[in-house]
Amino acid sequence: MKIRDHNELFQEQEYCEQFERKKEFENPWPAEKVKDVAEWTKTEEYKEKNFTRKHIKINPAKACQPLGAVFCASGFEGTMPFVQGAQGCVAYFRSHLNRHFKEPFAAISTSMTEDAAVFGGLNNMLEGLENAYTLYHPKMLAVSTTCMAEVIGDDLNAFIKQARDKGVIPQDLPVPFAHTPSFVGSHITGYDNMMKGILSSITAGRKGEPNGKINIIPGFDTYTGNYRELKRLLTIMGVEHTILADVSDIFDSPNTGEYKLYPGGTPFADAVDSINAMATIALQKYSTVKTMDYIQKEWGQKTPVLSPIGIRNTDKFFDEISKITGKPIPQEIEDERGRAVDAMIDSHPYVHGKRFALIGDPDLLLGVISFIMEMGGELVHIVCTNGDKAFEQEAYNLLSGSPFGAKGKVYVGKDMWHLRSLMFTEPVDFLIGNSYAKFLWRDTETPLIRIGFPLFDRHHLHRYPIIGYQGVINLVNWVVNTVLDEMDRKTINTTSFDVIR
Amino acid sequence: MSTAIKETQKMIEEVLEAYPEKTKKDRTKHLAANDPTGQCSTCQVKSNVKSRPGVMTVRGCAFAGAKGVVWGPVKDQITISHGPIGCGQYSWWARRNYYNGQTGIDTFGTMHITTDFQEKDIVYGGDKDLYEALHELKELFPLARGIGILSECPVGLIGDDIEAVSKKTSKELGIPIVPVRCEGFRGVSQSLGHHIANDTIRDYILGKGQLEKSTPYDVALIGDYNIGGDAWSSRKMLEELGLRVIAQWTGDASINEMGIANKAKLNLVHCYRSMNYICRHMEETYGIPWVEFNFFGPTKIYQSLRKIASYFDDAIKENAEKMIEKYKPMMDAVIEQYRPRLEGKKVMLYVGGLRPRHTIGAYEDLGMEVVASGYEFGHNDDYKRTYPDIKEGTVIMDDATLYELEEFTRRLRPDMVGSGIKEKYSYHKIGVPFRQMHSWDYSGLQSV
Repeated sequence: MKIRDHNELFQEQEYCEQFERKKEFENPWPAEKVKDVAEWTKTEEYKEKNFTRKHIKINPAKACQPLGAVFCASGFEGTMPFVQGAQGCVAYFRSHLNRHFKEPFAAISTSMTEDAAVFGGLNNMLEGLENAYTLYHPKMLAVSTTCMAEVIGDDLNAFIKQARDKGVIPQDLPVPFAHTPSFVGSHITGYDNMMKGILSSITAGRKGEPNGKINIIPGFDTYTGNYRELKRLLTIMGVEHTILADVSDIFDSPNTGEYKLYPGGTPFADAVDSINAMATIALQKYSTVKTMDYIQKEWGQKTPVLSPIGIRNTDKFFDEISKITGKPIPQEIEDERGRAVDAMIDSHPYVHGKRFALIGDPDLLLGVISFIMEMGGELVHIVCTNGDKAFEQEAYNLLSGSPFGAKGKVYVGKDMWHLRSLMFTEPVDFLIGNSYAKFLWRDTETPLIRIGFPLFDRHHLHRYPIIGYQGVINLVNWVVNTVLDEMDRKTINTTSFDVIR
Repeated sequence: MSTAIKETQKMIEEVLEAYPEKTKKDRTKHLAANDPTGQCSTCQVKSNVKSRPGVMTVRGCAFAGAKGVVWGPVKDQITISHGPIGCGQYSWWARRNYYNGQTGIDTFGTMHITTDFQEKDIVYGGDKDLYEALHELKELFPLARGIGILSECPVGLIGDDIEAVSKKTSKELGIPIVPVRCEGFRGVSQSLGHHIANDTIRDYILGKGQLEKSTPYDVALIGDYNIGGDAWSSRKMLEELGLRVIAQWTGDASINEMGIANKAKLNLVHCYRSMNYICRHMEETYGIPWVEFNFFGPTKIYQSLRKIASYFDDAIKENAEKMIEKYKPMMDAVIEQYRPRLEGKKVMLYVGGLRPRHTIGAYEDLGMEVVASGYEFGHNDDYKRTYPDIKEGTVIMDDATLYELEEFTRRLRPDMVGSGIKEKYSYHKIGVPFRQMHSWDYSGLQSV
C-alpha cells in the first residue's frame, strides 16, 4: 500500500480537475491580470511604492517583548515564567518556542479577561501566584506582562507585595518582574528587561567579596549549541564563569523517560552571586542594553560586549577574556582556531564574490556580516526589522571596513516584503534568514541558508554552535555546502557535473 | 453508580489533591468519569468558563480563534493583525491551511500583515494609521478581494473605532473591509473568536457573492480548514457523491464562495464548534438545513456518506452505496495491515474543537480504545455529543492543565496521546507515542 504525501496527492489529475471546477465559485481574476500584477511587483516602480508605505508591516522579522522575557526567565534554575495578562499570549509563546526547539516549554498566564480589563488584574495575580506556587513548586516566579496588563496599568510591585502579605506565596520566594508591553521594542527588548529585572531583584543586598568569576550574558541567543560551546571553551581556558541565563538544558534536555518541568538553568546561588564577579561580558549588544548599563552603574563591573561570531570576533573574544582574567589562551584553542582558518581557506573560493542578502536580529546580523566578509562574500541587502539607528551606524561601520561590504545597504525597520522588492530589483545569489524567509526563497528562487530565529522547518540547527572557532566551521559548512548544492542543482541537465570539488 | 465510574472518580479526586482549595473546587467541576447516557447531572463536566490563573491552561484566545482558525485561511482577502507585533507573528501560518493561488498577488493566506502598534498608537489611538494602512494595502495588493481587520487586546482597551474606519474605507476602496472585534481578553478561549468571526462573515460577506446558476445538489462544506489539504479530500468525496460544493469554509475559501453559501441546499458541518453559529443563522434566515458529518476513519465516513445522501434523491443515495463498496476494500486493507499491531492499545485525547469526539471512531476501527478525552474550548453541546461515543468510566476533561494531563497519563498509561504542539514534546520526553492533532492531514478517504 502506497501512502501518498500531500505534495504528490494534490498534483494528481483528479485533484487538479477539482481545483479547476472550484474556480467557478471563486470569482478569480483572469490569469493574464494575475500575471501582469505579479510581474509589476518585481519592478522598480513597485519597489518605490513598497518603500513609501508607512503604516503597515508585511512579513516583519521580529516578535514581541514577553517572548524574550519568558525565554530569559526560563534560563534560571527552577524558574517558572509567569505572565500577567490575557492567556492567549502565553499559548503563543509556548507554541512558538516548542516549534523552534522541538522541546516542551512551560510558562504560566494569569488568564485575564474582560473583568480584569475593568477592575485591574490584582485578583488574577493573587490567585495565579498561589496556584503556580502550589502546583509547580518553582524556586522563582519571574513575572512579565502582556499588552493588556500594560494598557490597564497593573502595578506589579504592589501586587506581588500583596501576594506575600496575604501569604499566597512565601515571603522569601523570589518574584522578580519586568514590564514588557508588545507595543515597545521587540523580543530582544523583552529579554533585556527581564534580565535586568531578575538580576536587580535577586542580587539586591548581595554585594560582598569578589568571587573571581566572570559573568556571561549570551543575550537573546536561541542556539543551545552556543551555550554548551561557551561553557566548554571557558572550561578549557580555566575561567570560572556564570552564564546568565543558561537556557541550554531547558531547550535541549536529555530524553530519560521522564518529563522535568525545570530541566536545568543557571544555578540560583550562582545567579545571586553574579554581583560579585570581576566582569560581566555580553555576547549581544542590542538585547542587553539596559542590563549592561545597570550592571556597569550598580555593580561597578567591566561590561564589554564581545560577540564571538566569525574569526576576527572570536579572536577578540579570547584576547579580551585573557586580558580580563589573566589566563593565557591554551594551545587547544589555538589549534581549534587553526582548524577553523583551514576550513575557511578550503571553502573560500566558492564563497568569494557571491552576493548575499541578510535578514534577522541586530546582533546576529553583525556577527554574520563579519563572517561573510571574512569568507569573501559580498553583502548586498541587510534588513533588520527590529534594528535602530545605532545598529544601522554600527553595521555601516563594519561594512566600510572591507571591500566586500562596500555595496552593502542596511535597512532598519524594514520587513521581508521590502526585502522581496530588493531581491527582485537587485538580485543576490544567497539569502540568510529564518524559516519565514523561505517565502522569499519561493518567490525569488534564491537559495536560503537558515541562520536565526525562528527555525521551524528544519530540525536540530540550534544544536550546533555558531560562536567560537567551532561555530566558524559550522557556518562555513552551512554556507559553502549551500553554494555547492546550488552548483550541483544547476548542472542537473548539463555536462558540468562533478563528484569531486 | 458503576464500578468503572467510581474508580475513575476516585482517581480524579486524587489528582485534584495537589490544588489549592479554591482551584480544586473549581477544577472538580471540569473533570468527570463518563456516563454514556449523559443523563447524570453530576457526571457532566462544566465547560466554556474562565480558566484559573496560574495553572498552565492549554487554551488560547479569541484572536487565535478568529484569526488563526476562521478568517486567516480565507485566501483572497488580506487579514491584518491590528495591534502590536506579537499576535500576528505567532499566528503566522501556524496551521497548514493549504490553498491555490499566487501569494502576494491574488491570494494572501501565508502573509503576516500588521499595523505594528507602537506606544504612540496606544496613547493617541490607531485609527488614523489604520485608515492609511488600508489605502497602502490596496495600492500594493490591487487584486485583494477584501480586507479583514482582526483586533488585538490594546485596540479594544483603548477604544478605537475600527468599525467606522472600515465603513468609510470600504466605500472608498470598493471592497469589503471587515472589522473583527476579536481582542484576546474577550471570552475564555478561542471559541468566542470563532463566534465573533462568524458574526462578521454574516454581516459583511454572506449573501453578497455571485452564483450564476443553482442546482438541486448545491452544498457548502463548512468548518473545514483544509489543514494539509483535507478539505480537498472531503470535497472530492462529496463531488463523487454527486453533489456540487459551491463554498468551502474557510480552508482555501474565497470571499465569493463565502458570499454565496446562502444559496446552498444543505450545509455540511465538520467542525461544529467553530461554525455552528453561521449554520444556525443560515437556517433561520434562508431556511437552509445543516447536518454534521465526520470524515475520520472508515466507519464514520460510511455513516456520514449515508447521512448526507439521505438529504437527497435516490441517485445520490445509490452513489453513497457505490462509493462505500468501491472504497471498502481499500479501507479494509488499511485496517488489516495495522489492526494487529494496534488492537487493545489505549488512546488519550486532548484537543480543540471536534477531534476529541470525531476521531474516536477512527481509533476504534483500528481496535484501539479511548481512555480519556477532552476539549480545550468545547461547550456543553460538544460534551453532550461526546458522552454517548465513549465507554463508561472514561475520563472526560475540560480545559485540562499541564499538571492534569501529566497525572492522568501517569495513572492511565495510554499507549498513545493525541494533543497539540504544546503537549507534544513533554510526551516525547516521557516516551509516550504522540500524534499532533492540530496540524496534519487527517480526514477523508485519501488520508486514512
